[in-house]
Amino acid sequence: MAIQDIYQAILGFDEEKVKQLTRAEIDAGTDIDSILNEGMIAAMDEVGKQFSEGILFVPEMLMAAQAMKGGLAMLKPLLTGDAALSKGTIVIGTVKGDLHDIGKNLVSMMMEGAGYTVVDLGPDVDAEKFVRAAKEHNADVVALSALLTTTMPAMEATIAALKEAALPVKTIIGGAPVTQAFADQISADGYSDDAPGGVQLVRTLIGK
Amino acid sequence: MIIVGELINASRKAIGTAIESRDAEAIRKTASDELEAGADYIDVNAGIFVGKEPEYLTWLVQNVQESVDAPCAIDSPDPEAIQAALAVHKGVPMINSISLEKERYEKLLPVIAGTDFRVIALCMSDEGMPETTDQRMAIADKLVNGLVQNGIPLAHIYVDPLVQPVATNSRFGVEFLDAVERIMTTFEGIHTMCGLSNISYGLPARKFMNQAFMVMAVARGLDGAIINPLDARMMANIVAAEALAGRDSFCMNYLKAFRAGKFEL
Repeated sequence: MAIQDIYQAILGFDEEKVKQLTRAEIDAGTDIDSILNEGMIAAMDEVGKQFSEGILFVPEMLMAAQAMKGGLAMLKPLLTGDAALSKGTIVIGTVKGDLHDIGKNLVSMMMEGAGYTVVDLGPDVDAEKFVRAAKEHNADVVALSALLTTTMPAMEATIAALKEAALPVKTIIGGAPVTQAFADQISADGYSDDAPGGVQLVRTLIGK
Repeated sequence: MIIVGELINASRKAIGTAIESRDAEAIRKTASDELEAGADYIDVNAGIFVGKEPEYLTWLVQNVQESVDAPCAIDSPDPEAIQAALAVHKGVPMINSISLEKERYEKLLPVIAGTDFRVIALCMSDEGMPETTDQRMAIADKLVNGLVQNGIPLAHIYVDPLVQPVATNSRFGVEFLDAVERIMTTFEGIHTMCGLSNISYGLPARKFMNQAFMVMAVARGLDGAIINPLDARMMANIVAAEALAGRDSFCMNYLKAFRAGKFEL
């Protein structure tokens, strides 16, 4: 089964093979949704699972995501606009005063790998900018990262600003010093201690 | 090599708990273990306690210095917490750290200007984290000039070129190493310093990569490190690397370490 081959090629971190196989499936008229869900997203789920279990490591997760993106880029033009491909929109960034972006980038990548549209605002993002982006892109989820205890209060301020703006978004937080207890304390809708966990969290929160 | 012992850090569970329960004995014991193992400075960090950092950092400095006759590296991005800790610190402290981030720089500079404090200058600016050697040099240049103009001599400055994980970009190791060499040759008499373990983030068997990276950095001129001095293998590697880098006259430190049993691992 050829969709299974795409899945295997992603787990083999082989971008060229993923592209070739995706092209072949498209030409054969295979259902695009099936290629995406059963080939690509399922493969990235497996990568995430193996990462969380300590079987795969960061560089392998990066290579798998790159391989998947190669195939994904070929599917995109075949659907009417990005929305058709997307399972939801996630606005993500590192909060004000914090320049760390490596963890946040891993989360972005895994969210894209799960089929979400990701709007990455970068590091050092103030509350107002999160609110504006959430509005502008009709975000389903706003994801906040902080790697410093001194910038964790900016998470609280951002969540307060989103609630103040009465936007229909869920908020999730993460980063080395962040805990579930802190998430509860500042009324975030969710917390995860790694990137694949973040994907599961979003699925639970927005139900797709 | 100037060793800053990194163990008294609130983000480590045992220390966080000790701080919360005011377990002074645990802090004192850790400090004396670090000194015994070869630390020159005892790093103190109370960063996980939002709002209480100045109070806890002060408490840490007091207890460390009741236990050992050594200076602290006062570890906080918050100038207020640093100032509180400085008020009780005895001897010449190390400040960990100033950076080119505008708010941090402007608030901390008046606190350290004209003092004989040792200062870690972290290569980070409001434009983000540097990735290349050139980006690191651009930040280092501004930081070093600013510090020197404010009465901190080159010999008291420890530039931290900022280690980024090699798992996320294959060039992050070499860009850091090149920066160490360029900083050491551009500013004669200056020091370099780093928290090194970030290099192996996202990879397994991290201690091997950390040790190899340390040896490579020493070869390029690194002369300060924030590490766990109780890691005997790391400490042994440093002694050997310094001798190999031509910084151990007649290999006397190497031989001293041998006779003290430091290579019996």
